[in-house]
Amino acid sequence: MPITIEMPKLSDTMTEGTLVRWIKKVGDKVEVGDVLAEVETDKATMEMEAFDEGTLGEVYVEDGQKAEVGQKLALLLEEGEEAPTNGKADKSVAAGAGPKKGGKDKAPEKQEPPSAEVKQANQEAEGERSEGLEASPMADKEEGEEKPASKTSEHATKPAAGTEPSAKAEPAAAQAEQQVQESAEEEGRVKASPLARKIARELGVELESLSGSGPGGRIVRDDVLAAAKTGSKPGRAEKPSPVPQPQPVAGKEDKRIPLSGMRKGIASRLLEAKTTIPHFYLQAEVNAAPLMQLRKEVNNSLEASGAQSKVTINDFILKATAVAATRVPQANAAFAGDAIIQFANVQLACAVAIDDGLVTPVIREAQRKSLLQISSEIKDLAARARSKKLKPEEYQGGTLTVSNLGSYGVEQFFAIINPPQSLIVSVGAVLKKPVVTERGDLAVGERVILGLSCDHRVVDGAIGAHFLTELKKLIEAPALMLV
Amino acid sequence: MKYDLVVVGGGPAGYVGAIRAAQLGKKVACVEKDRAGGTCLNWGCIPTKSLLRNAELYSLLSRRAGDYGLHFEKLTFDWAKIISRSRSVADKLAGGVEYLFKKHKIDYLRVEGAIPRSGVVTYRNGNGKEATAEADKILVSTGCVSKEMPGLEVNGATVLNSHQAMIVERQPKRLIVIGAGAIGIEFAYFFNAFGTEVTVVEMMPNLLPVEDTEVSTTLEKAFTRQGIKFLTGTKVVKAEADKTSARVTVAGKKQETLEGDAVLVAIGVSPIVPAGLEFRRGKGGFVETDETYQTSVPGVYAAGDVIGPPWLAHVAMWEAIQAVDGVFAGHKPKKIKDFPGCTYCQPQVASIGLTERAAKEQGLTYKVGKFPFSANGKALAVGESEGFVKLLIGQPHGEILGAHIIGPEATELIAELGLAMNLEATYEDIEATIHSHPTLSEAIHEATGQAFGLAIHI
Repeated sequence: MPITIEMPKLSDTMTEGTLVRWIKKVGDKVEVGDVLAEVETDKATMEMEAFDEGTLGEVYVEDGQKAEVGQKLALLLEEGEEAPTNGKADKSVAAGAGPKKGGKDKAPEKQEPPSAEVKQANQEAEGERSEGLEASPMADKEEGEEKPASKTSEHATKPAAGTEPSAKAEPAAAQAEQQVQESAEEEGRVKASPLARKIARELGVELESLSGSGPGGRIVRDDVLAAAKTGSKPGRAEKPSPVPQPQPVAGKEDKRIPLSGMRKGIASRLLEAKTTIPHFYLQAEVNAAPLMQLRKEVNNSLEASGAQSKVTINDFILKATAVAATRVPQANAAFAGDAIIQFANVQLACAVAIDDGLVTPVIREAQRKSLLQISSEIKDLAARARSKKLKPEEYQGGTLTVSNLGSYGVEQFFAIINPPQSLIVSVGAVLKKPVVTERGDLAVGERVILGLSCDHRVVDGAIGAHFLTELKKLIEAPALMLV
Repeated sequence: MKYDLVVVGGGPAGYVGAIRAAQLGKKVACVEKDRAGGTCLNWGCIPTKSLLRNAELYSLLSRRAGDYGLHFEKLTFDWAKIISRSRSVADKLAGGVEYLFKKHKIDYLRVEGAIPRSGVVTYRNGNGKEATAEADKILVSTGCVSKEMPGLEVNGATVLNSHQAMIVERQPKRLIVIGAGAIGIEFAYFFNAFGTEVTVVEMMPNLLPVEDTEVSTTLEKAFTRQGIKFLTGTKVVKAEADKTSARVTVAGKKQETLEGDAVLVAIGVSPIVPAGLEFRRGKGGFVETDETYQTSVPGVYAAGDVIGPPWLAHVAMWEAIQAVDGVFAGHKPKKIKDFPGCTYCQPQVASIGLTERAAKEQGLTYKVGKFPFSANGKALAVGESEGFVKLLIGQPHGEILGAHIIGPEATELIAELGLAMNLEATYEDIEATIHSHPTLSEAIHEATGQAFGLAIHI
């Protein structure tokens, strides 16, 4: 099936680009990853790579010409295929903006008369449809059949996911209806079970990036859970990086450690977080003496009552974070593309170091839980995290995170935000330090430095500061947590 | 002769595996020592369904005709005809399988096969001479036989296994059934319907022990009403039989000796493993297979009853297709996960997925949706309002964890839940599906609603 190559959207703000020059010429063989052309955007000149193999059949935009995002640039032919005549292609491009049925009507001999269902599907698909995460399997099918060529071409060249094909990218492939139909079967729709869709939505897994193991390649629950667990996104969503990166070479005496699923997940998630989230950082030194005093009292009373476990500094900070998050709900939020989601509950994640990595188990609805509940819950979660017995739902769905390196003696640091969250609290060690008292004397104080990494798309400086101040107040006067 | 695949055993796993391989363009032979169709067609599922249909009709007319305003002066039955109808149905279907072999150009060798080594199946041909079929791959689907009970040698008259029970010449007046699994229960229902005094002995605390406990207790009530006696939580301590009668000493709440004209032993099955190769075997002697259905011998695959429970024809067929597609179609085989199980007594019992016991054991969070047929219009109209639909709905996502139906046409109704589970539909999907009125299937719809306080008719 011929694959349409469109002007890719190479940056968030890009609406059109200039085709600087074609590197491949008509008739050239193209392998996946080959550079097809150079494209100049509003920000830079970039290489446009091929995501499919074939032969460059026809070129619609010449060197130096501008094209809108989604505009058809060229046609990639598979072995044995011939380029359609210019006339036909032009016609389809022109027809692209009109009603979709038009394209089909022009080639009635290639197309069985549409069945009643198909007709209905056409009508339904006239309206813009979101990416289909909400849609039923049938709806996906309709969508797949309805917009096959644009879907295919999207796959063929677009490096940036999640952009709607523009009207100009409408199917120009009436001449190859049958094949395109088949391609849509393979690539157009996302086939996923209702349960898989629900869980994917919750865990923030992109269905488009998965390959399904269910009947007919359907994505089922286990596929989503597996993807959530490894954090990896197999399949076509994996984009080759535009610039080849220097690779380290392992010598004879060096050790080459293959990546575990967890390490892959950490690598990809944190790279994504650090490079795509606009982080900014706030820091405050907090008087930990009242908290240390209270902790002593609580632990003494626990010991007296025969309890086995003790409350840690981290437990207090978790509790304080949960309370602060309810007082500054703007900080307990996530960026959702076209909206900010402010969460009703504080799903408090806590980073736990384990062999070969870390996990962030989640204390559900932490704002409703007492210090002791939080303490015992995190002990249980951490223990099970270390023995790798956590279920995915136990470490997914956090709304903000606390990371504490105090026990290692680290004074202060800033952790990377754990997407899709917008905030992470970094807790240093409680250290004895000289402090100036209110009366102006020097005294020995117990201090802890809190770092806050914020996603500026959601949390502005003032909100972050407000949150940090609340947190500081709660730690310095722990009785306030009861209020 | 050289084949791509030689299938040893022509039952549901074997004939389905052979046909699938032929569909994939492979040259296939099927070696079967008895008759194509295996236990299922010849001595299991199919002939017993024929017998049970007779039982169902006779039971309705002899016991409940009055409810329907019908009256019979001298309602009688012809035992020999009942048996022969069942046999002719089996014959017809076995012939159907043989026709399918022909249609798919599968060489059907009606002999006993042995597997001396991977790639070779040997058998004695018509002249009694050893013959060899070479095979690129071999599929073992030799099935099972009924397990015997110590002290009770099967004789076809006073000691029966399921095979003999379905062709017993004289109807026993008193029958002891040992084992209350699907086979024991179906025969208990069958013989009772025609007036045999039946006592079922079961070691486990309930009839149909694998089913949801609520289903079992409902069946127990129904059986009590039908006059079937049963002793659950009861072990057989001694059993003996002579030419005219059988005596079984059991210990449950008390120790007692039951006497019958015949005893039916339905305590499970053992694998039939072809001669030749030594396969790695698991619990109960069943052949072990890996994720691709390959046995411990490379190139030799196995599917169906011979690889262990559940011993169900539909599972065997499914496994064979998984195995064959895995070998010849590059498909990644799956092992059985959710499968329906059916018992065809009246009221019928059918289920898929987890029982409530299992869900509890696994610590799952779930809601129960339950709807009785006594509140279902169609069930009342046809006069079969015993039983219920019970769904276990996982929380928080609403997936179907298990479905349990006891009542009219339960075995047909379960298919909807099988589809729902296979598609990972949630209760909302069932709830949002229009079920025609009046049908028994509305009970499923209402059960999903009932879990969330949305059932209309209860």
